[in-house]
Amino acid sequence: MMMASTPLLETQALVIGYTLGRAEQRHVAGPLNLALHPGDLVCLLGPNGAGKSTLMRTLAGLQPPLSGHVQIEQVDTQRVTAAELARKLSIVLTDRVEAGNLTVQELVTLGRYPHTGWLGNLNAHDQTVVQEALRATNTAQFAARRVATLSDGERQKVMLARALAQDTPVILLDEPTAHLDLPNRVQLMRLLHQLARQTQKAILLSTHELDLALQAADQVWLMHGQGQWHTGVPEDLVLSGTFEAAFARDGLAFDQATGTFVIHEAGTRAVHLEGSGPLAFWTRRALQREGFKLTTEPDAALRIALREQAGADRWVSYTAGQARAHHSIADLLAYLRSVPGLEAPQG
Amino acid sequence: MNTVTAEPVAQERSIARRRLLLVGLVGVVGLAFMLDIALGSVRIPLPAVADVLLGKSSGTVAWDFIISRIRVPKAITAVLVGCGLAVSGLQMQTLFRNPLAGPSVLGITAGAGLGVALVMLSAGSAASLYAIQQLGLGGSWLIVLAATLGAALVLLLVLAISARVRDNVVMLIVGVMIGNITLSIVSIWQYFSAPEQIQEYLLWTFGSLGGVTGPHLAVLAGVVVVGLGLAFASSKPLNALLLGENYARSMGLTVGRARLLIIASTSLLAGSITAFCGPIGFVGIAVPHLTRALLNTADHRWLIPGACLVGAGLTLLCDCLAQLPGSSTPLPINIITALVGAPVVIWVTLRRTLVRSSFS
Repeated sequence: MMMASTPLLETQALVIGYTLGRAEQRHVAGPLNLALHPGDLVCLLGPNGAGKSTLMRTLAGLQPPLSGHVQIEQVDTQRVTAAELARKLSIVLTDRVEAGNLTVQELVTLGRYPHTGWLGNLNAHDQTVVQEALRATNTAQFAARRVATLSDGERQKVMLARALAQDTPVILLDEPTAHLDLPNRVQLMRLLHQLARQTQKAILLSTHELDLALQAADQVWLMHGQGQWHTGVPEDLVLSGTFEAAFARDGLAFDQATGTFVIHEAGTRAVHLEGSGPLAFWTRRALQREGFKLTTEPDAALRIALREQAGADRWVSYTAGQARAHHSIADLLAYLRSVPGLEAPQG
Repeated sequence: MNTVTAEPVAQERSIARRRLLLVGLVGVVGLAFMLDIALGSVRIPLPAVADVLLGKSSGTVAWDFIISRIRVPKAITAVLVGCGLAVSGLQMQTLFRNPLAGPSVLGITAGAGLGVALVMLSAGSAASLYAIQQLGLGGSWLIVLAATLGAALVLLLVLAISARVRDNVVMLIVGVMIGNITLSIVSIWQYFSAPEQIQEYLLWTFGSLGGVTGPHLAVLAGVVVVGLGLAFASSKPLNALLLGENYARSMGLTVGRARLLIIASTSLLAGSITAFCGPIGFVGIAVPHLTRALLNTADHRWLIPGACLVGAGLTLLCDCLAQLPGSSTPLPINIITALVGAPVVIWVTLRRTLVRSSFS
């Protein structure tokens, strides 16, 4: 069942890329048929160079499509004036803003640009929207500071506040989480999610935070390296293996069970782990890092049993008939490294 | 929650400070205007100057004549030059996001120079030199016309290219290159000219505020006022351009049209001033930095009036200094602007981080 609402933003056979010369074009991706619905938070995912930023800029009308159309509220973006478009769509780019002696307040106020008169003076409504944007992004406390004195993460939040002040039904964010620490990233995603739900805005953001995107996104647009793309609910894409295929690289595996990428190459030495819960999870991570491969064979050369009760030595390893108790993972790993025949293969 | 209430208060305070500064600057410009009229080969006391400015007679016929026919036009010219060059420099620095940009980056000043070089070096009459020095007698219209045509030629070229170019960085490079081509054409002309002719041309390049009177002044004032009007009308686009072209476009600015407006304004200002007064350097690059530091803002709705006042004040004071040596021949204005202005800019740049942070 597809959503019944009319999309705020839609693309028809959109081909994105660059015109290099008179007859030469660099095709990045497409034809794309995408739709952004009101109230949706959509994450645009894909490896470096897949064309995420190019798509963002094309949707925002900052670069022309090679062919096809982008429609906002059923109107082709190529046919509306820049000012009309700016009242419907705002964007946060990865461009570094070089306006160090603007104050945060002044910069966010610039978001009202398409709504103000020829001199850009604010009315009471504009003031309220600006204050609201500062408050929502947690930037009100440094509204008087100059942009030059902000950290990269603070800058990113301020640029988001500017986009919110523009108050458009569609918001595009190109890697808004790149310079944020984990709590701020989580806070940002939560804010965007709420914003989409409460105001029925459509928000599209590109990010490399795969696990965060999988948790927060209503929809995922997945761009593969060679111009292929998929869209869908994140969980569907994971279960169908599409997600894994998009990021397939040597030495990188997606673990469907945990929803995370495994950065270590699968080990060659088998280990059997008995136990469950967080203890098993973190033990498994440590063993994988050491180059062990977890196996379901109970008669593997190495077997590790976990004890649930706290306080005692919680790890017991069994190697060649020898049992040993360990009080920490560090202790366990140190022991495993010293056992002959278990050490990591050389070369 | 005192942060929420504290912000508007801090904002109002800084706005009040800026208003006060602008009023103070008006006072400084007024004083400098009077001083500029008083100083010269004939020193006239300030009360007499005030009398003549208020429409009364100073009591000395010679003073009345000097003030109303020579000194006042020259002081007005200084104000026009200061305003025009400062504002066009400010526009170029913002448009190209480059602290070293000035009115001359688009090659328009060089274009005016080419026009003048064509007249002076090819016609080669001593009359043109005579005309410049003898305060706007017939022949100097020729110089003005030549300079205007030269500036307009380069301007049209720049505008034609600007309409095709999407990128301001490309535009900056094109402008600088056109300027260099123009200058080298002037150099070729100089190479094949007689030394006396080159000397004439060199004198023109020193700049002069004194040659603009009567109809000349009316034309210059008219063009500068139009240019300043265009500049003030583009303060909102200029503010948007602070965030870079992409953001400006995403906020609804038609970048191509705004750039055309800004370049047109700059060309009118820089072109007309160079045509009438010669290539006056430095004011255009320095004053925007001084103004930003003084008003402590990046908002062009403040910076444009501010740059007008700082530019006018600085040019008037420089002209006063040019009179001080006491001889009957004042120093060329171009020498003084750089000699006085450069140390001021160095001082401000070293003292305040603001100048740097405006472009990073």
